[in-house]
Amino acid sequence: MSGLYLESLTLSHFRSHRRAKLDLDGRPVAIHGPNGAGKTNLIEAVSLLSPGRGLRRAATDDLTRRPEGVGWKVTAILHSLHQVHEVETWAEAGTARQVRIDSKTATQTALGRIGRVLWLVPSMDRLWIEGADGRRRFLDRATLSFEPGHADAVLTYEKAMRERNRLLKDMVRDAHWYAALESQMADAGAAIQANRLATVGHLMQAQAEGETTFPVATLELTQPEADLPDGTEALKAAFAESRPRDLAAGRTLIGPHRSDLSAVFAAKGVPAADCSTGEQKALLISLILANARGLAQDFGAPPILLLDEVAAHLDAGRRAALYDEICALGAQAWMTGTGPELFADLGERAQILEVTEASGTSILAPKK
Amino acid sequence: MTQGTKDIEALIDLLSRLPGLGPRSARRAVLHLIKKRSLHLIPLAEALTRVGATARECLNCGNIGTTDICDICTSDKRANGQICVVEDVADLWAMERSQQFKGRYHVLGGTLSALDAVGPDELRIPRLIDRIAGENVSEVILALGATIDGQTTAHYIADQLPGVTVTSLAQGVPVGGELDYLDDGTITAALKARRSL
Repeated sequence: MSGLYLESLTLSHFRSHRRAKLDLDGRPVAIHGPNGAGKTNLIEAVSLLSPGRGLRRAATDDLTRRPEGVGWKVTAILHSLHQVHEVETWAEAGTARQVRIDSKTATQTALGRIGRVLWLVPSMDRLWIEGADGRRRFLDRATLSFEPGHADAVLTYEKAMRERNRLLKDMVRDAHWYAALESQMADAGAAIQANRLATVGHLMQAQAEGETTFPVATLELTQPEADLPDGTEALKAAFAESRPRDLAAGRTLIGPHRSDLSAVFAAKGVPAADCSTGEQKALLISLILANARGLAQDFGAPPILLLDEVAAHLDAGRRAALYDEICALGAQAWMTGTGPELFADLGERAQILEVTEASGTSILAPKK
Repeated sequence: MTQGTKDIEALIDLLSRLPGLGPRSARRAVLHLIKKRSLHLIPLAEALTRVGATARECLNCGNIGTTDICDICTSDKRANGQICVVEDVADLWAMERSQQFKGRYHVLGGTLSALDAVGPDELRIPRLIDRIAGENVSEVILALGATIDGQTTAHYIADQLPGVTVTSLAQGVPVGGELDYLDDGTITAALKARRSL
């Protein structure tokens, strides 16, 4: 089959897994097992086949198996459209994460170009009611899936902003220095804003066009104060204008780092934050599925989906609907849950895997 | 351990602290020097003593030489109205190796970094501004790294020099390079800087 999926996944000294190898065929992967067995660790390893710190946002050193602490490695054979890549990512103790694609050293951004990985984890259940930080990250992960170069723009913007914030804190008043940093912030900031707006557009379109039983969310990119000026020059001028206020605050008060993603449960006209817990979760699933459908059109294949404990919060009807949509998409979705009964509706449509734990080591048992 | 062995160990230790050398290569170098005492060791020791006594930064441009004003700054042939601004002396040497640039240099000694407390005054930027006026400069070529700090410094300097042509080195496909091996950022920069043939 073509598309985007892992054909194999090998973990070495990764969290609770001393050594684990999985052979996969592109079908969704349902992983069940008791709490603490190492199910999420498995999908966290898959999340590291994309740029960034993975689905737990863990520090590199925290990923290594204890007590050995010798470093960790994740290797995968990735089918991406009609290409097959060997992807390796690892870190030795105390060193940064490294990446190799087809035996050649590569950047993390390069991972985003050959594959697309999206995830939904229980900590995101409070996404709509907690700070804008999490929603920006959620949007940026979606944006990265459509535009892998988004990561570079974000890194450039954040580095330049940290420099500017230091000047503001130190009450430096060198206008040329500010202008030099603001010029780079404006370049990267305008790209970030354009990428995010395009992503909101993609998600809205994918929701409108898709046949789904999950609720539609009306999305909007918002700012805490006035709208973000459009384009590099306007943004640069806005940074310059905001300097006195920023100096008083000791930090940059305007820019894409303050953007927020607002969502409204379209059928009811109720903001996501005011919806019930179940509805909020359904909105998130709806957006992940919309993202996947959008990518299937844009990239040519649906992304690899990592859905941690997704079945637990859904009633039997919604669960069956989710499985049907994932199978219709043709996505390799990795799902975790405590018992095999949660995945019964999938039947032969998924690979089932049991994870248990003995003496602090995870044990995998694929069900044929 | 005898004093002689201690001295050799100390020499190995000193060499191993140099950039590009580790304990293993330092041991090999010291062994080689001792074996070729008259050919390499003695001349090296003498050269180190001489350079140690005379090496200094050029008061005008920051280049390293053995006089207060370096050979490039004193040469009339290099006064063509162009100043090439580089981050470090190593970059100046790289430019000189190309034998293409016939003007003078200005070595900043780093790049602006608020987080590392490196400001304009730490970087000989005020001296550069003085030189523009005093040396009849018509063009400043910014040969700084394509990093965020390098580009911040470039913007900063360009902003400070109205009335002078400020250019920067092109970014793109290296000579003899194949597109297949370039990263996306370099290809994007090369495409933006394309020119008519």
